[in-house]
Amino acid sequence: MTVHNLYIFDRNGSCLYYSEWNRRKQAGISKDEEFKLMFGMLFSIRSFVSKMSPLDMKDGFLSFQTSKYRLHYYETPSGLKFVMNTDLSVPNARETLQHIYSNLYVEYIVKNPLCVPAHSLDSELFSSRLDAFIRALPYFSPRAA
Amino acid sequence: MTLLSAGQDVAKMVIFSVYVVNKAGGLIYQYDNYVPRAEAEKTFSYPLDLVLKHHDEKVIVSFGQRDGIRVGHAVLSINGVDVMGKSTAEGKDILEYLKDPANYPVSIRFGRARLSSNEKLMLASMFHSLFAIGSQLSPEVGSSGIEMLETDVFKLHCFQTLTGIKFIVLADPRQSGIDALLRKIYEIYSDFALKNPFYSLEMPIRCELFDQNLKGALEIAEKAGNFGAGS
Repeated sequence: MTVHNLYIFDRNGSCLYYSEWNRRKQAGISKDEEFKLMFGMLFSIRSFVSKMSPLDMKDGFLSFQTSKYRLHYYETPSGLKFVMNTDLSVPNARETLQHIYSNLYVEYIVKNPLCVPAHSLDSELFSSRLDAFIRALPYFSPRAA
Repeated sequence: MTLLSAGQDVAKMVIFSVYVVNKAGGLIYQYDNYVPRAEAEKTFSYPLDLVLKHHDEKVIVSFGQRDGIRVGHAVLSINGVDVMGKSTAEGKDILEYLKDPANYPVSIRFGRARLSSNEKLMLASMFHSLFAIGSQLSPEVGSSGIEMLETDVFKLHCFQTLTGIKFIVLADPRQSGIDALLRKIYEIYSDFALKNPFYSLEMPIRCELFDQNLKGALEIAEKAGNFGAGS
């Protein structure tokens, strides 16, 4: 049971934050390209889902899974996107992502007058609190090296 | 505990539609099993308090959500007569028609726009690419593409065969047994499409027996799903 990585995107597509804990395979492209590809994929999935949906949606796209991992998605009304890749044993990480937004992002970034989330989040406090929070999750267990 | 009023049926778990995509990403088969039509018809007087705009050859609501009319709903009919894209049945532009106070009071029906075949083709190809990107961005080695995509109103299941054909099923999120259904649809495809001497590979599937057996398999899966889950 593990969390692989976490991305935070702003409404324009720039990746504000990225960190990984248990990633075993890199994408084979540079980090910048990977962020753009990830954002593009999510943008397309949202558009796809809104057209395909047989009924009106409230929360929209929630997650997808492949044979090896699951991607969880949470978007705030302000356009901030939280994306977390975990393994298949985690069914729903929406509350986790909501917690990261309201208790970590809002507390340590939004309420910080020196932190302007333009291109990346520079707050040490945010990074360390987020890392501690993820490691304390019930479904996080570090792999034996 | 909710008490159901007489005549109200329990929410039925359904399978919405089935898509089959060939290995190049082109849609070769599509079947809509259940298309819920959430529509609202209301009579309006001048001036119209909804903001409408042109989008993709349709007129859709861009602002002014109320009473079952949501943002994104399209104008389906005016005064009972179905519209044709951006113009009324008589050929007048809808937005111009609604700007003229002489045409009021007017009764307009709004609802989710039905997907045209072109749009379905584009969406199937879009999913084909997203499937591949899901595999590329995987943090784990040896991942497949997107096998299941979940939203709050539907779940999309995808099964890719060894030959690159994708079988895609859209169903209610609580519906179970879709994996077995996908394998069954693959079986029906190999029995009634591949073994049909008049069917060419990767081309649109136009085999009556395929349609019939697919409908049968969907009915069985829906019944099994409803029975197994209970409430």
